[in-house]
Amino acid sequence: MTDLTQAAAQPLLKVRDLVKSFPVRSSGFRGGRGLVHAVAGVSFDLHQGQTLSLVGESGCGKSTTARCVVRILDPTSGQVEFDGVDLGTLDAAALRSARSKFQMVFQDPQASLNPRMTVGEILAEPLKIHHIPGAEGRERIRELMSLVQLRSADLDRYPHQFSGGQRQRIGIVRALVLEPKLIALDEPVSALDVSIQAEIIRLLERLRDQLGLSYLFIAHDLSVVRHLSEHVAVMYLGKIVESGTNDEVYEQSAHPYTQALLAAAPIPDPLIERSRDRIVLAGDPPSPIDPPSGCHFRTRCWKAQDRCAEEAPVLADPGIGHLVACHFPEVSNVIVQQPVDFRRPT
Amino acid sequence: MTVADESSVDDFQPQPAEPDPGRKRSWRKLVRRPQIAFGLIVCFIWLVVILTVHWWAPYDPYESVGDRLQPPNGDFWFGTDALGRDVFTRVLYGARQSLPIAVAVIASAVLIGSVLGAAAGFLGGWVDRVVMRLADVTMAFPAILLAMAVAAALGPGLKNGFIAMVIVWWPIYARLLRAQVIAVKQREHIESAVSIGATQGRILRKHVLPLSFTGVLVNATMDLGQVVLLTASLSFLGLGALPPAPEWGAMITEGAKYFYQWWIAVAPGVAMVTVVLAFNFLGDGLRDALDVKAATR
Repeated sequence: MTDLTQAAAQPLLKVRDLVKSFPVRSSGFRGGRGLVHAVAGVSFDLHQGQTLSLVGESGCGKSTTARCVVRILDPTSGQVEFDGVDLGTLDAAALRSARSKFQMVFQDPQASLNPRMTVGEILAEPLKIHHIPGAEGRERIRELMSLVQLRSADLDRYPHQFSGGQRQRIGIVRALVLEPKLIALDEPVSALDVSIQAEIIRLLERLRDQLGLSYLFIAHDLSVVRHLSEHVAVMYLGKIVESGTNDEVYEQSAHPYTQALLAAAPIPDPLIERSRDRIVLAGDPPSPIDPPSGCHFRTRCWKAQDRCAEEAPVLADPGIGHLVACHFPEVSNVIVQQPVDFRRPT
Repeated sequence: MTVADESSVDDFQPQPAEPDPGRKRSWRKLVRRPQIAFGLIVCFIWLVVILTVHWWAPYDPYESVGDRLQPPNGDFWFGTDALGRDVFTRVLYGARQSLPIAVAVIASAVLIGSVLGAAAGFLGGWVDRVVMRLADVTMAFPAILLAMAVAAALGPGLKNGFIAMVIVWWPIYARLLRAQVIAVKQREHIESAVSIGATQGRILRKHVLPLSFTGVLVNATMDLGQVVLLTASLSFLGLGALPPAPEWGAMITEGAKYFYQWWIAVAPGVAMVTVVLAFNFLGDGLRDALDVKAATR
């Protein structure tokens, strides 16, 4: 994201100090009220035509970040600037019409389609809401359906009559039908069979290149991320701990959490798998209701020292070319899986 | 992640498209089930009776047409009552009292309960708390006791009985719909409706209610029978239909005075059993037919 060639251009999406916390009532007889700090100050840029991946284990706030960006959730504080417009300043009606430019694809294609509507009705609904004339709308639907290899006869059928992969393609068409610039993809393949995953990833890639889309890609599968995105941001407990281009994060990771995450990804070669170093983190991530002082990661970090408990590290470049939030950054050569080529061999 | 399934996109073969074959087939299968068929037939017969009884009923329900307290015979199929009126005719006319009122009570209770329940579930906050506490207070009383209290306060008569029963029944639907709305509201397709810019009203109308309403519909069908019973109970206690109206509950009250002339009370009782059973069977069938899980999984 500190890409010098892009630095002059206005980013499509500019997120600054995004915070989202949810109120919770703690259990117990005198349970007081607490706050879950799901997203605790996240900033990033995303440029037109690029893909930024947010990775991290479940509960780290990556999905919440995406939902705040496309305004399914209202952020507690911070700014989301889309195409130069601060979404927080828009009133309800203006926000509704602005929504056509940023859409979302959901994790569970079964749950994200209304079971009582036909595919045709599902796809026509966004067009109706945004007052796009019927003829133009039908043309768009027809084009997109053929682009994702669905037949127009499928429009009369209900979501439950399709397979998981087909449903996800319907979800993708629904997101595309308003001709958005940005699509937030919330683990779009993790609910699908592995064979279908490759198919959807290839489809997403083709659509991005043909339609000039930008993706905010939420994932926990590092090999998928590496294949699809230019930039990666690693999140831990509501904060970005390391971010940079693909190669920077994968080959020269400097944050201990990133290294642990990379080391945990399996490599489909038993020889390498057996010989490489393992980093096994102790325990579970701490509760986001009461995060540790200083560095959020210190409770599971093997490098933690007194300073980590007192002072929260800032996301900054320690002289390696990309951003790391650690007091003791150290580029390490974790052996990682080579990029998987999802394109068909020619 | 492997590259195993290279050919899947291009070799993608869509299944032959039929206009939702599953749904039609399940309806036909349902009608064939003996329970449902029984429910449908009985309901249909009573409907015909209600609409046409004045053309073919053998006697006038209010006139004394023979000797009093005759046992069932060729002229008077279900015998005659203490005033010499034909019990068979009165049972038939009784359907005109009980069934329309049952439908009216349920329709009103569903309407009021659904509006309040949907508002409570969808809006949450203080609306939810107020509506649900009201429902709790109402449901804390046994149905018959509350209905009696209301009917007694307003005075006897079918109209006041109707008001009493609506007050008894609305909380059931309010609670049912609220629970469903809250469950449906969590689904991802609501988030996707938000993301395409749908207004709150549209989300409730198009994406929440159609998925929440099945439970209410099924319960309403089954409750029709319960309302028939409660109407009769109120009449039996002298708080519903007033004599000489041919109402089933009121007829049973009269019959109870003549223990050895059993037919006077049994005939309306049997009529009620058929109606309650039919509605229950129909409700069962409807539940199977509208099962969202079976239809979407």
